[in-house]
Amino acid sequence: MSKINVTVNGRPVAVDAGSTILDAANKAQVRIPTLCHIEGLEPTGSCRVCSVEVEGRKTLVPSCAEPATDGMKIRTNTPRVLLARKQMIQLMLANHPDDCLYCMRAGDCDLQQMAEDAGIRERAWRRGEHRSHPVDRSSPSVVRDPEKCILCGKCVRVCDEVQGVAAIDHAGRGFDSFVLPAFDDELASTTCVNCGQCVAICPTGALVERSDLSRVWRYLADDALVTVVQTAPAVRAALAHVYGMSGGDAEARMVTALREMGFAQVFDTQYAADLTIMEEGTELLHRIQEGGPLPLITSCSPGWIKFAEHFYPDSLEKLSTCKSPQQMLGAMVKNYWAEQMDVPAENIRVVAVMPCTAKKFEAERPEMETEGGRDVDAVITTRELIRAFGEMSMDFEVLEPGEFDRFLGASSGAGAIFGATGGVAEAALRTVFYLLTGENPGPEDFEAVRGLEGVKEIELTLPDGAVVRGAVIHGLGNARRVMDRVASGETDYAFIEIMACPGGCVGGGGQPYGADLQRTAELAGELYEIDEKRVLRFSHENPEIQKAYEDYLESPLSDRSHALLHTQYRGRSQFSAEDEASE
Amino acid sequence: MQEANVCQCTGSRAHRLPPPTAVSSGAYGPFDASDPGTLIPLMQATQEEFGYLPRVEVARIADYLGLSEARVYGVATFYNQFRLEPLGKNYIQICSGTACHVKGASEIFSVLRAELGLEDASTSKDGLFTVDSVACLGACSMAPLVNVNDEFHGHMTAQKALKLVRDIRAKERKAQ
Amino acid sequence: MNPTKDTITIIVGTGTCGMAAGANKIHDYFADKIGEAAPDAFQLKRTGCLGYCTVEPIVDVEIPGWPRVSFGPVTLDNAERLWDMVAEGGELPTEFVLGTHSDPGEVIELRDVPVLWETPFFRHQKRLVLKNSGIIDPESLQEYLTAGGYRGLARALEMSPAEVVEEVKTSGLRGRGGAGFPTGLKWQFAHDAPGDQKYIICNADEGDPGAFMDRSILEGDPHAVIEGLAIAAYAIGADKGYVYCRAEYPLAIRRLTDAIAQAEEAGYLGNGICGTDFSFELLIKKGAGAFVCGEETALIASIEGKRGMPRPRPPYPAQSGLWGKPTNINNVETVANVPFILADGAEAFRRYGTENSPGTKVFALAGKVKRSGLVEAPMGMPLRDIIFDIGGGVQDDKAFKAVQIGGPSGGCLPEHLLDTRVDYDSLVEAGAMMGSGGMVVMDEDTCMVDVAKFFLDFTASESCGKCLPCREGCARLKETLNGIVRAHRDESPEESLLRFQAVTMMEDLAKVIQDTAACGLGQTAPNPILSTLEYFQDEYNAHVFERRCPSGVCTALLEYYIDPELCTGCGLCVRRCPDDAIIGEKRHAHYIATEKCINCGTCRQFCPFGAIKVR
Repeated sequence: MSKINVTVNGRPVAVDAGSTILDAANKAQVRIPTLCHIEGLEPTGSCRVCSVEVEGRKTLVPSCAEPATDGMKIRTNTPRVLLARKQMIQLMLANHPDDCLYCMRAGDCDLQQMAEDAGIRERAWRRGEHRSHPVDRSSPSVVRDPEKCILCGKCVRVCDEVQGVAAIDHAGRGFDSFVLPAFDDELASTTCVNCGQCVAICPTGALVERSDLSRVWRYLADDALVTVVQTAPAVRAALAHVYGMSGGDAEARMVTALREMGFAQVFDTQYAADLTIMEEGTELLHRIQEGGPLPLITSCSPGWIKFAEHFYPDSLEKLSTCKSPQQMLGAMVKNYWAEQMDVPAENIRVVAVMPCTAKKFEAERPEMETEGGRDVDAVITTRELIRAFGEMSMDFEVLEPGEFDRFLGASSGAGAIFGATGGVAEAALRTVFYLLTGENPGPEDFEAVRGLEGVKEIELTLPDGAVVRGAVIHGLGNARRVMDRVASGETDYAFIEIMACPGGCVGGGGQPYGADLQRTAELAGELYEIDEKRVLRFSHENPEIQKAYEDYLESPLSDRSHALLHTQYRGRSQFSAEDEASE
Repeated sequence: MQEANVCQCTGSRAHRLPPPTAVSSGAYGPFDASDPGTLIPLMQATQEEFGYLPRVEVARIADYLGLSEARVYGVATFYNQFRLEPLGKNYIQICSGTACHVKGASEIFSVLRAELGLEDASTSKDGLFTVDSVACLGACSMAPLVNVNDEFHGHMTAQKALKLVRDIRAKERKAQ
Repeated sequence: MNPTKDTITIIVGTGTCGMAAGANKIHDYFADKIGEAAPDAFQLKRTGCLGYCTVEPIVDVEIPGWPRVSFGPVTLDNAERLWDMVAEGGELPTEFVLGTHSDPGEVIELRDVPVLWETPFFRHQKRLVLKNSGIIDPESLQEYLTAGGYRGLARALEMSPAEVVEEVKTSGLRGRGGAGFPTGLKWQFAHDAPGDQKYIICNADEGDPGAFMDRSILEGDPHAVIEGLAIAAYAIGADKGYVYCRAEYPLAIRRLTDAIAQAEEAGYLGNGICGTDFSFELLIKKGAGAFVCGEETALIASIEGKRGMPRPRPPYPAQSGLWGKPTNINNVETVANVPFILADGAEAFRRYGTENSPGTKVFALAGKVKRSGLVEAPMGMPLRDIIFDIGGGVQDDKAFKAVQIGGPSGGCLPEHLLDTRVDYDSLVEAGAMMGSGGMVVMDEDTCMVDVAKFFLDFTASESCGKCLPCREGCARLKETLNGIVRAHRDESPEESLLRFQAVTMMEDLAKVIQDTAACGLGQTAPNPILSTLEYFQDEYNAHVFERRCPSGVCTALLEYYIDPELCTGCGLCVRRCPDDAIIGEKRHAHYIATEKCINCGTCRQFCPFGAIKVR
């Protein structure tokens, strides 16, 4: 590959052909602020904040889009560049509410940071026209405030190019542009699947998650209630990254932090992950034996579920009927645990901490309830949890390690890896192998499903020589590509794991801001490390799980299991006026 | 003519809706459903057929071309040509020039909108009236000025405007 | 009917502007007359726009033995005299004759009738692109052929594509749509670009308000555009092309559609053109109403069914354009020059114009000028000659103030720059821009701040909204200008300060927008402000610091007062005033209360004594 030699602020650097000026600057370790740039996607060149000076060029040049050419002399910090950059920011602020103190992004906002870095100390344009639009709070997961939108378009691109949903797009023209769903409908009535990737990538407070933290504090303040909490594997991985410690250390301190918050019991979603494996592994074997419906497709990602309901209503029978671990644990708390501890179910509140915004939607699905009441009462994201720590003025690093509570707190390493793409498949394969052969496989035998490739395939040879093929997919755009082939009968997979978010749950829409491929890989790595360090590697060997079946559930797919741990789905329309339009 | 119902699309591309009217009528096109560049000519033909882009047709167009509805809406709202709402049978424009403003044009505006039940929209639900404010018509001596179906009415008051609208409505009812 | 050499032909100019002047009624008048009289002795035809818009409707007459004669303006009042001459052998009406279509210097027998091409409007023009406009019947392929059409294509097909590219390069033809990029070079890039599929696009979006050069060519000589595009397609290796025409030009679209069908039937388009194995399919795409779609990559996005938003360049369309394939886009006027270059050779083209800007340019000359219309002048002609020789000078002989060149992307040049030669580089040096060729003449009664505001209102409303500087910056510039031309009677000191502050920031912001905007629309949107600030700073100062509009245009800044010497106290104005701002007793001089006056100007319109004035 031929090299291109350029200088950035006088520093020489060589880059591959096809690189942009931004690539060259990154390599030369010169930081250029960007706003509309998305790693891995084609540049649009719309925010112009990355404009730089190139010798011999009449105007400034967008570094994200401009190809580097041999001999180019680039300057990123001349007075001309700094003036232009300041003007861009001032123009954004001119159309932005003066809401910083109260905004959910306060202290963690790209626009705020950029303005601070640029030394903006007063508003240049005052009393001018500004975009005006009411806030959309219809969705349980995502709150839209178009007045804070700077029209960088990243949400549109993520929703379309990465997730293949395209529920929102630019509308209008010029100054009166907005990012909207079709006809400016409320988000809740659209094909939005609540994955929150738009929230994760938004540089301002225009798209944030609905905050349920205040409801959680109310539960905790109410002495009449017994409030318990569960956390997903990806949450502890994120905390490990944020506070600079290992996944195991973060997990232990997280438990202590939650106890300090006032939760009566601290349970582990990973326990329910093991439970899911028992139910779903058995389900897969049944389907293979009965000849269908295949492929069995995982159902723990509520973003994926809603996606399937909108776009593949004819394939819903292929989805596993298992609830997600979050919901399973809630059902077990309100029935099994309530009975064992003699606590009236109606006084129990189950709170879940998730890396996910779609889990808020999942918890509110009408079918997610049992005799004991709603499976889950409130879901908060990793970001909300960290905010709670802030509200408590708590220093995470100095906490003592703690342990999950019994009954619903023990988990295997297989349960831990649920948070990474391939984790569910790997956990399932470990148990399915055992169910078929009576022996445990090597825990690392199914490593082929690990990694950040969008679609991975794996083969499992059965004792009778039959080969079972499976696929592992993350990112809904990839799911669409594979599901189109499934729908037309072109595939022969027996099972498919689908996670809505790129990288799996560690890349969820509720994780701390600033996700990129590197961080996603690191977080997944934390979970694999937790798995490796565990003594318990297999879901079917989890003693608390075994006890639950013995004492309560009887067996996987029993009547009681079905009543508590399984659910159903319904097709949804793809267009707003679909009924009318069908006439 | 396009045989749109007989297609091989499966999976997420499977058509959920009947084809757009502009396609099935045969009077326009042909429209190649596999070419995304068909979108604008198809919307132009639809607007020619209906006078605007009905919501139902927007859904059908999206379905026909395998595009998201948000995308089609985004294209429709970009170009001057496309209307997402039909004009009412009677087009009432209230001049918003300075002279008219001083003489109470905004009162006429709000009274008419209240009478016709217009909250967010400009067109009444029965499709009989569209009420818009318009830039200075340049006849300030007759302020306030209201243009009804290209007829100028000067020295309007809220009362007179109300009567005018009610008269038109009565005539329309009789005609039905 | 079979026209013989004894047939008398009447040709009515029915371009869109002719029609706006009533040409259709004139056409129907003659149709009726011919029908009543002797249908076989007469032929009635339509033609396009001659360019002399001030005297539309134009009617040409071809009587055997005579050269063709043009008349205008022909109205329902005087048409009878024309019919009289044609049918009854009556007197030639010299009051509205324009001239004969003889060659200059040719001796003719019609007394008192000049040669059209020697009359003041046409004398300094050089009609290459407009050669057929207003002369031939645009709906007749035969007339196009008789006028020398498709010779260029025939010659091109005898050369190799690379040789055709070289010919256009040698000619020095530069893009006539605005930027003036060398056309041959553009073709070279597309020719050299690797690709299995290439496209030709003709940009007929013509969005500049007041520009109608492309419309006239499409309406008056559509085959010239088709021929040019076929040559271009051959040169770069494209087999498919689109003409992207704005929807607001229905006649142009209709004429082009018909011409394409004719060309296909005659073998100038489609498979195996002129018996070779070169094939080229030409389709029409209608615009949907967006000025920004005149920008190349936004136009491409529109054809692709997307919002018309520009893309980062590089890669340029020649490498990656429509559907990611190598694409060459040219403006209508550029394309219309190509047949001549191929038919008569690059050197023939270089005979006109200047070294760096060879050929001619069509301008839409309008505004406060005596003779307005489409003017085709050789590049390099001084502005003064175009405005005063061809255009006849300022209307009502008022004082010349400025000429706006290049539409919303261009600039205003004041009197001391009137000797600037009209070519790409000289105009840019002077701080303006050729643009598409719009040329608006302004006199002492024009307010330059208002002009800047007008253009900025336009570009701000047409901004696509993609990039920050144009979307937000143009809006702030617009607000600042609006602040200058509004009255500020009850302004607080803080508001005054903000207004002044905005004005000081205006120039800086304008320059940053030029420096950072993503496409030509944004980059040139500040041009009207910057050029008027440079040459007419005093007008801005008057507006900002004295709250006064020297030209008397910005109504909000005018002070209306009654001249007590002229006022008779008739009280007419009192009744008309919407705000009861006029006070006085009957038969005594009245008085306008400035605090209540809203500057609508009604009173001034109604005063029979001219007693109400402004300052």
